Amino acid sequence: MNDSSQSFVKFEKIDKSYDGEVLVVKNLNLDIAKGEFVTMLGPSGSGKTTTLMMLAGFETPTNGEIFLDTKPISKIPPYEREIGMVFQNYALFPHMTVQENLAFPLEVRKISKSETQKKVQKALDMVELGNFGTRFPAQLSGGQQQRVALARALVFEPRLVLMDEPLGALDKNLREQMQYEIKHIHDRIGITVVYVTHDQSEALTMSNRIAVFNDGVVQQLSTPDILYEKPENSFVAKFIGENNTLNGVVKEINDSTCEVDLDNNHGTVKALKVNVSEVGEKTQLSIRPERVSIDSSNNSLNSFEGKIEELIYLGDHIRARLDVCGNNEFIVKVPNEGSFNHKEGDTLNLSWNSEDVRALDI
Amino acid sequence: MLLRSVDDSQINTVFPNTFEEYKKWDKEKDELPPEEVYRALFEELAYGDKIQVGRALTRMNYSKSGWKSLIKKTSRAIKKAVKKDELPDNYKDFLIEANEKWADPTYWYAMGQMVNNQTSIYYWNAIDRTFDQELNVVQQEEDRRVYVQTWLKTLKVSIYVTVFCLILGFPVAHLLANLPLRYSNLLMIFVLLPFWTSLLVRTTAWIVMLQQKGVINGVLVWLGILSDDGRIAMVYNETGTLIAMTQILLPFMILPLYSVMRVIPKSHMRAAQNLGAKPAMAFWRVYLPQTIPGMSAGGLLVFVLAIGYFITPELVGGKDGKLIGSWIAYHLKTTLNWGLTAALGAILLGFMLIFYWLYNKIVGIDNIKLG
Repeated sequence: MNDSSQSFVKFEKIDKSYDGEVLVVKNLNLDIAKGEFVTMLGPSGSGKTTTLMMLAGFETPTNGEIFLDTKPISKIPPYEREIGMVFQNYALFPHMTVQENLAFPLEVRKISKSETQKKVQKALDMVELGNFGTRFPAQLSGGQQQRVALARALVFEPRLVLMDEPLGALDKNLREQMQYEIKHIHDRIGITVVYVTHDQSEALTMSNRIAVFNDGVVQQLSTPDILYEKPENSFVAKFIGENNTLNGVVKEINDSTCEVDLDNNHGTVKALKVNVSEVGEKTQLSIRPERVSIDSSNNSLNSFEGKIEELIYLGDHIRARLDVCGNNEFIVKVPNEGSFNHKEGDTLNLSWNSEDVRALDI
Repeated sequence: MLLRSVDDSQINTVFPNTFEEYKKWDKEKDELPPEEVYRALFEELAYGDKIQVGRALTRMNYSKSGWKSLIKKTSRAIKKAVKKDELPDNYKDFLIEANEKWADPTYWYAMGQMVNNQTSIYYWNAIDRTFDQELNVVQQEEDRRVYVQTWLKTLKVSIYVTVFCLILGFPVAHLLANLPLRYSNLLMIFVLLPFWTSLLVRTTAWIVMLQQKGVINGVLVWLGILSDDGRIAMVYNETGTLIAMTQILLPFMILPLYSVMRVIPKSHMRAAQNLGAKPAMAFWRVYLPQTIPGMSAGGLLVFVLAIGYFITPELVGGKDGKLIGSWIAYHLKTTLNWGLTAALGAILLGFMLIFYWLYNKIVGIDNIKLG
């Protein structure tokens, strides 16, 4: 998939600066295969939208080149790129009906009236808005507008579809529903999608691969499961899913594992060596809450005590905030099996497998 | 004030009996009115209030010049006779003796216009028409025709000013809405500063700029583009009116346009280009239609202001740059012909309402947006 000879979209050594001083995108290299659904995920200001805009042609890279289907596209104006785009606030044209909005890209391509009508109807049927063609965008709900925007981005059969936080304006239920709908449409027509969001659950739900952006740099590009289970640095670990951290110093390294002395003499943890290279280096350990087990002492090395600070009842599980080794934001998810009868202030025995602890950068 | 334009009751309160008897006169049968009319006129002139009669005379002079001196001379003779207590046996003969114009039927025909309490004469006057002897509507004599061409000129100037304001205002409003805040604020000050300056100052400034020995001509001559005796007449004519009014009314176009353009998301132009439209096409199909509410609000505002404009055309318009507003002011303050003033005003109002109605038909008044 990363083989550049096969990649459909290729970012090669892209730098982007608006003011000539600060780089908002730094040395970006990214390959996207045909038919893939790739999400650029990151906090605001991380450069993900800028990257998307460079691909759409509304921004030009300061350095480097973008290739689409092996051809460089920096010199091609946006209206000749044949790239569909769903904008953040849909950008539906308010003075045109839904049909006219959808017909617009076909009209400017001088496609015949009858053909246009057929394609518009097909696109509307695809997003289940077949009967809404004569309405104006203002007469539609947010979710319906979103679908029209999607249909408009697809109706002229572009080579690639970009989506810039398309679900940001919807409420939670609708957002989840639309995530599945977009995913299903992608599965059905097999088009390449580049999606931008700051919502990690959205990214995890829909993507084949996710590029995590921070500070203008891709921190990790991988499938959702690998990103979650094997984050390569502490930013990714923190940004994707919930994460417990413990700080310490590397004491010993053996092949793929290492031993870490926790700060303030709280003990020693055996962890996977991920982003540390030498003894004496400071490190941050990362453990997912659901990988911590309670009241079991099967591993003498990674066994600690934690004091319950707060318990939150969430139905299917109980969320416990503990004080472990000086970190009072340590979260543990206890499945609600009816056997948990501790109160705030109690002390629990915790343990975890050393494969579940990752020693990352700090 | 609108009632003034059709009101003719003033004269009726002065000569009630005369008009009552006048109505009985059969113009087919008798060349001159019967004795009763002369008698009523004699009595009402003899005993009528002097000031009221004076006012009535002014009105009578609008319908036919010569009334004023005729009545004045006649009433002097009547008053003399009354003083001597010598009431005539035949009023008709007495009056004709006092002034032979009383034997001229045209004066009597002219009186026919004033018999009723209401009149439409002012409206006919306002479009260069008047009544003939049989009360038919006819054109004014050629040298008295001024209003129709002034109306047409007012419409023409208003339309030109509106179009010029649109052409000049659109790019400025677009810049205002799309420049970075720093620059757009500065530009906004440039738009508003003249807007806040006194109208008179701006108008006279244009005179300084445009006159024969003024700034623009001076620069053009200095640059050698014009010869010294080839200076262009840009002021005290229609050109001056157009230039000054366009500049003065420009903010009324820019501000509504700006407020509409400001809320058009920038993503629309991007979306249009993304969908395959070249920038010009995207502008024409996506941006321009969305500015229609602003264009029409600005256009209507400028047009309505221009059609009734007075001070600027009065000062820079010279003889052929005057608009209908100048005539209204002239009749209001100089001739005191308030009936005609009101009629001109009412027609102006009517024009505005027609344009408003047309506008509502074509664009829809709900589409208007001022901010």
